[in-house]
Amino acid sequence: MTTRGARSRLRVGVAKLASCDGCQLTILDLEEELLAIAERLDIVEFPEASSLRSAGPYDVLLVEGSVSSPDQAAEIVELRRQAKTLVTIGACATAGGIQALRNWSDHDAFRTAVYPRPELVESLDTATPISDHVKVDAQLVGCPISADHLRELLAALLVGRRPQIREEAVCLECKRRGYVCVMVATGTPCLGPLTQTGCGALCPAFGRGCYGCFGPREQPHAESLARTFAERTTGPADVARLFAGFTAWTPPFRSIVDQHGGPPGRTPGGPATKEGVGDARR
Amino acid sequence: MHGDDGGTLSVAAPGAEREFRVEYLTRVEGEGTLQLRVRGTEVVEARLKIFEAPRYFERLVVGRTGDEVIDIVARICGICPIAYQMSAVHGFEDLYGIEIDPSVRALRRLLYCGEWIQSHALHVYLLHAPDYLGYPSALAMAADHRAVVEQGLSIKRLGNQLIAALGGRPVHPISVRVGGFSRAPRRTDLDGIRRALDETVEQARETVRLVASWDPPALEHPQPLVAMRHPAEYPFNDGRIVSTDGLDLAPGAWREAFAEQQVEGTNALHARTHDGAVYLLGPTARIALAADQLHPLASEALAATGLRDAIRVNIHRSIVARAVELLHACAEARDLIDGYRPPAEPRVAFTPRAGVAAWSTEAPRGLLHHRYEVDEQGHVTHAQIVPPTSQNQGAIEADLAAFAPSVLDLPHAEATRRLEMLIRAYDPCISCATHFLDLSIVDAGAEEGTG
Repeated sequence: MTTRGARSRLRVGVAKLASCDGCQLTILDLEEELLAIAERLDIVEFPEASSLRSAGPYDVLLVEGSVSSPDQAAEIVELRRQAKTLVTIGACATAGGIQALRNWSDHDAFRTAVYPRPELVESLDTATPISDHVKVDAQLVGCPISADHLRELLAALLVGRRPQIREEAVCLECKRRGYVCVMVATGTPCLGPLTQTGCGALCPAFGRGCYGCFGPREQPHAESLARTFAERTTGPADVARLFAGFTAWTPPFRSIVDQHGGPPGRTPGGPATKEGVGDARR
Repeated sequence: MHGDDGGTLSVAAPGAEREFRVEYLTRVEGEGTLQLRVRGTEVVEARLKIFEAPRYFERLVVGRTGDEVIDIVARICGICPIAYQMSAVHGFEDLYGIEIDPSVRALRRLLYCGEWIQSHALHVYLLHAPDYLGYPSALAMAADHRAVVEQGLSIKRLGNQLIAALGGRPVHPISVRVGGFSRAPRRTDLDGIRRALDETVEQARETVRLVASWDPPALEHPQPLVAMRHPAEYPFNDGRIVSTDGLDLAPGAWREAFAEQQVEGTNALHARTHDGAVYLLGPTARIALAADQLHPLASEALAATGLRDAIRVNIHRSIVARAVELLHACAEARDLIDGYRPPAEPRVAFTPRAGVAAWSTEAPRGLLHHRYEVDEQGHVTHAQIVPPTSQNQGAIEADLAAFAPSVLDLPHAEATRRLEMLIRAYDPCISCATHFLDLSIVDAGAEEGTG
């Protein structure tokens, strides 16, 4: 395996939009490998960890968070301009995150609920994934991202190859690990058949149903699973409840949420009911 | 090292206005700006502006069940998700009259120890230490102080391993449920961590000695302190809300003494006492109010520093308080594992009922209060979440105003760096605090006497 020498170390940046910082924390959570990685990559921008700053250009930029304010909508365009390769990391950046639940509700109702003077809050009507705004070169899904996926991404960057991340359902991984199926054993609704793995089938391992934090895998059969849930739960609202999580704004899950009356606690008049949301791709 | 406050280079003419700005605070969690304006030697404005985008968590949880709230509020903060899960779960259990198994209670403490270990190790070694040793980051510091950085990473890793053993993964763990855990670990699941903890406890003791040897910038500005206090434990999940001013409240009764309010002439929501006073939360406050409940090893280490009183008056010494708590959490984790017996059932059944689910626990950064109004189905109808950083903001600005005069004679860049270092000493968690957003202006004169 060849690696880049010190002279040609990749200039790497880490940036955030609206998020909890948990995905960039996963970089620091690489602990034993962190110092070795920092020696082989030139981390020029990572404000959570370093006071050295760089506005670009970057060979690789990892971006966490969804686009949720007017400033962020402008910022991501500039970040894209500065980045040779832009990688979105985590459910907020790749799917809008939990804050995208506001996309089903009237933004002013949300602002008023939290802030006494809502007119002072700079916030967009919607929280949307970065790919709705700019071209994205690669992504790591998950809420939070998987440390293994991150290692694979960084290893691939170091040698200049494409990251190899297996795309399969939580359900398959659960079977392979020999966990008891929570749907069969206890009738617990589980999004495992639809959801990409990366977590190691964590929730079934802990006796819970998967709540979809890595988002839908390719071509999930969401509608048939939703029908199964509808038969087993108390009604459509509970089906919406299951899908209205951290990746609810991905098209397959969004469509199920829409068909079952929207997320719990939604207000009338949300932008999700209007034309064009989610089609802002340039 | 930057412990020297001398070096007069220039004195601004009386009446001339100078401004110190940090457009993006680094080595803190989230996005914020510092602005300080000075006329002559008088601080006319000290403000911490938070521009982190709002995410409306208090509204996002409306319509949700207790278990869903636990998953959702974790996402307020990637560094302290367990704190959010803990304040929420205890609130719902209190409302529903759930008596949790004593082993489950011990596991909750153990999980919280894991969070304190990783969060405190992160702050002490990766975010705060570079200020004392004169580097822009821990990664840069590693070139000259590799063993120090590796020690910090090693302690942090143990905290993350503990969280993962109990909750599946270090960030946003998945096992905390109303009534207990979805799964309790077997004793053997904890064997590896137990073995590693002997060394981690020693590393944490060394951490206390190390950070106590670093000279902080001078500051003598005691503030009113608020923390949880329990008769038999160092405060994590349980206890009463107490203060240096004699407050004594149930963990759900935060609103009896405090309120989030808009400060006159500003856009900010700050937490204040009902008398309008600012107050300080976090390691400094807990050490002051609950040092008698520290683990004997932590208590001994604190005494050996001789800094117990210094911690109280100079927020820069929070690094020592944090290190003492790091040692406490490591030593208590070891004891909890030694005494662990898996619960007969990890989770007890319950029936939701309407009412108010309110509780406070001690997040790594200080008291975190949650209050949920819940309907008969157990669905949230209204939520209030008061993170420690939003409560500390008043104290941060008061300290800035008190500290600024001592750096005015330094070169501008160095003065600005010192002001940023002061803010970092609070370990502010801006993503958490976002719902109080925006700027506030503290008049230096008006803040006098709050100490």
